[in-house]
Amino acid sequence: MILIWMATKSTTADRAPATAEPATLVLLCLAAWAVPGAGHLWLGRRQKGIIFLLALPLMFLTGIWLQGRIFPFEVSEPLVVLGAIAHLGIGLPWFLAQAMDFGRGIVTAQTYEYGNTFMIVAGLLNFLVMLDAFDIGMGRK
Amino acid sequence: MTDHFLLLALFALFVSIVFATLLRDEPREQARLGGMMFGGFLAAAFVLGWLMYPLPL
Repeated sequence: MILIWMATKSTTADRAPATAEPATLVLLCLAAWAVPGAGHLWLGRRQKGIIFLLALPLMFLTGIWLQGRIFPFEVSEPLVVLGAIAHLGIGLPWFLAQAMDFGRGIVTAQTYEYGNTFMIVAGLLNFLVMLDAFDIGMGRK
Repeated sequence: MTDHFLLLALFALFVSIVFATLLRDEPREQARLGGMMFGGFLAAAFVLGWLMYPLPL
């Protein structure tokens, strides 16, 4: 109900359509996934891009700071794989955290589950941001 | 930082900012929607918290 209300209240249709080539759209989606907000910056939505660029990596970092764990791709544990896919949604910060050996997680920490939630939601939100950039690139918004 | 309410508020703040930015184009409307969502998250947490208060855990 709330989502329907939000969708009908959206005021994004005033901009000029910007349909792009399929190859450009793929690159756009890759950029939007790798660097949160990059897709919007590419399309000239500077304000939105900067907000995403700041908020999403900061949310992911907060999760790491709260002792959250970057889930591995363990096929034997389907829920862990789903969590790993959600984490991967944040793009480049995920690779940087892996390279720096961050996100090992301390299960006994009071904030462990909070950290996991921050990291998972940051990744999932970046997927939404990527889809939004795709829609703008397609000229739907 | 282990204050659960503060962490809840921080989470609500991040989610509100991102959703408001996604769903609205004008900064003023974004701020309005973000504020409403943030307030809604906090209010829901308070209400649910009090509703769960009598539960034996």
